Amino acid sequence: MIGRVASIARHTFKEAVRDKVLYNLIVFALLLIGAAILFSTISVGIQKIIVLDLGLSSISVFGLIMAIFIGIGLMAKEIERRTIYHVLSKPVRRFEFVMGKYLGLLLTLLINTAIMTAGFYAALFYQTRRFTVEDFAPLATIYFILLQFAIVVSLAMFFSTFSTPVLSAVFTFSVYVIGHFLSEMKWLGQTSGSSVVKGAAAALYYLLPNFSNFDFITETAHGEKISGLLLTANSLYAVLYVTILLSATILIFEARELK
Amino acid sequence: MLAVETTNLTKDYAIGFWRKKPKRVLDGLSLRVERGEIFGLLGPNGAGKTTTLKILLRLIFPTSGSAEILGRGIEDVATHRRIGYLPENPSFYDHLTAEEFLHYTGDLFGLAAPETRRRTARLLDRVGLADSRNIQLRKFSKGMLQRVGLAQALINEPELVFLDEPMSGLDPLGRREVRDLILELKEKGITVFFSTHILSDAEMLCDRVAILNRGRMQGCGELREMLALGVSSTEILLEAPDDLLLDRLKSYGTVVRTGARVCLQVPKEADVTPALDLLLKSGSRIVSVIPVKMSLEDYFLAQVALGTPARPETESLSPNEGGHQG
Repeated sequence: MIGRVASIARHTFKEAVRDKVLYNLIVFALLLIGAAILFSTISVGIQKIIVLDLGLSSISVFGLIMAIFIGIGLMAKEIERRTIYHVLSKPVRRFEFVMGKYLGLLLTLLINTAIMTAGFYAALFYQTRRFTVEDFAPLATIYFILLQFAIVVSLAMFFSTFSTPVLSAVFTFSVYVIGHFLSEMKWLGQTSGSSVVKGAAAALYYLLPNFSNFDFITETAHGEKISGLLLTANSLYAVLYVTILLSATILIFEARELK
Repeated sequence: MLAVETTNLTKDYAIGFWRKKPKRVLDGLSLRVERGEIFGLLGPNGAGKTTTLKILLRLIFPTSGSAEILGRGIEDVATHRRIGYLPENPSFYDHLTAEEFLHYTGDLFGLAAPETRRRTARLLDRVGLADSRNIQLRKFSKGMLQRVGLAQALINEPELVFLDEPMSGLDPLGRREVRDLILELKEKGITVFFSTHILSDAEMLCDRVAILNRGRMQGCGELREMLALGVSSTEILLEAPDDLLLDRLKSYGTVVRTGARVCLQVPKEADVTPALDLLLKSGSRIVSVIPVKMSLEDYFLAQVALGTPARPETESLSPNEGGHQG
């Protein structure tokens, strides 16, 4: 089983890295990180904040586009182009296919994020000319960004199992955006007089992934550190959420007819 | 142990947007495929051939009925280790080269890397793609994809191969090569189960065939028996008989003039000897006596017509040409 999952993961990674669109996104991300240096030169006194803020935001935004793009693209494409017939006619169980696909996509995002992180630190070094221990604090923020990607990819795969690629992209992006405003939504529900609004807001709050808990870019830019407790809590939250989503994906995919 | 056995295999699809209605695409299919034989599943487009194969490969699920492959229920995906499958109009990963694709396929079967490499080289050579092994599949023609599809179906050295329209998209030379390959598989004791609507291929290759139309089986059996079906008429070719003799011959069958020659078509076997006696006594010159056998096409058309009361034309029936959709 592990061999087949690893084989599908390796193949998914290979498919992703042979896609030219992915390289374009990385180049754009690196250009934007580089541009942070330019913006910082016209921001007297807050140069480092600008580099940190813009650099981390670039990693987050471009990584998100990649996560949605490859998450949906590589899953839906298998079904749409019927290449999945090839895999499932082999001694591969459907859950092995889903797991292999997910791990391959995650590996792709991990390596892309590593490349963008290297670009980010190059920009930071250009700005500060030296590294201190504190300069490695943004790594925790990048780790949180990566956890968001892990959830986003599982969301994209989940939607791809029963929806068209375009709708899956819309659903995934919508959940990502709403997931950043869940605290506000909960507050809205609590202050609302309507029990329906209250119930709907509470349902969404508990059902959708709370991405705002993972967003520490502004805080990091201003020198705030992420506590060990938050690191652990967010890691567990992401693992739990991804597990639930992948289980749902597998359940739907097991019953799906590949006409 | 049978290679394939299906019992009352039935498949309904829900069609419609809001009020879904079931549409039966496969209706109580029961068939048995012996090990080592070449079995052809024949039928016009939409007959249920691809549906049958997809159910057997667990890509879709039957509404009712059951099926076994190599003695095990189709639910047991582990059996796939012993089978090969070429989908209809195969679409493979176009970012991979032919060699990489076969390596990936070998990986999925859990073959060791050196063994996969050895089999890849042999199979690419066998299907005539040795020179194209480093070319990405996106640059392959339809015929080349069909060949690489055949290669991937054989990389695990299967006991049973399912081929869905294997001749589709191939030129005459390619079709000949695939026919040779199928016969080679049979020689090695491998069971070949293939669907086609190219009747000439089936006639040349199959030990037994099943004919499907609109999801129902119209006939199944040994091709020899079906076609021994025998002689549907006898054609006697004569050289310039006189008109008096021609009038007498008309009582045995139809007379057709072709230039200086005349062809007498005798539908009843019992009339052949009296007709020949008459001709010999009259001193006519007999050019040839040819028993006209029923072709698979004739048989197929008759069976399909039986199962198609409201559709006189058999739209996609093609004795020679490629096409798709079972």
